[in-house]
Amino acid sequence: MPEKHINCRGMQCPGPIVTLFKEIKTLEPGDIITIEVTDFGFKKDINAWCKKTGNELLSLEEKDNVITAKIKKT
Amino acid sequence: MENKRKTIIVFSGDLDKAMAAFIIANGAAAMGDKVTMFFTFWGLNILRKARKVKVKKNFMEKLFGWMMPRGADKLGLSKMNFMGMGAKMMKMIMKQKKVNTLPELIETAQALGVEMLACTMSMDVMGIKKEELIDGIDYAGVATYLGEADQSNVNLFI
Repeated sequence: MPEKHINCRGMQCPGPIVTLFKEIKTLEPGDIITIEVTDFGFKKDINAWCKKTGNELLSLEEKDNVITAKIKKT
Repeated sequence: MENKRKTIIVFSGDLDKAMAAFIIANGAAAMGDKVTMFFTFWGLNILRKARKVKVKKNFMEKLFGWMMPRGADKLGLSKMNFMGMGAKMMKMIMKQKKVNTLPELIETAQALGVEMLACTMSMDVMGIKKEELIDGIDYAGVATYLGEADQSNVNLFI
């Protein structure tokens, strides 16, 4: 299964979800994408984004002020 | 969740309000929604090209054109503008914090397919011609906006 990694550190709202939206379009269903974000509002936003777009949030963790989310395209 | 529509009326030509409008529009587009922005009155100034475009205008229209900000990079703040000083400072801080500029937000909105409509009645009143507005926008009246708003589940007036 191809995995993609995107770095959105330092990006402000709505940069991370805009980037994620564009990137996930290039993937196939079942592919996994990992995104790193420093904007701490993203932690709640990614849940809403996944719920709305129907993609699956596999994991969400925060370490040293970096939020990492792993998402499976559905 | 099914995709919905969002409509935003951009009435204000203030930098802070315009940024809020575009951040919401881009966020909604990134959630997979169709977004329509309707620019009216002062909001039209956001869509003006930065450079001066040669068009035929009467005296009043010229005066309006000269007094109003020419494009997204020339807007003032709704609060603490201090003759443009406030806007300059805000832009400086936003640059440091890596917040996208208004022209960048507009570019992203266009890339995401956000529909932008310029109110033709306001254009006529303020003497703004099609040639003076950025490319990739459409021109319409209140009926088009209302038609879009009927199918939308969020409607904002900014």
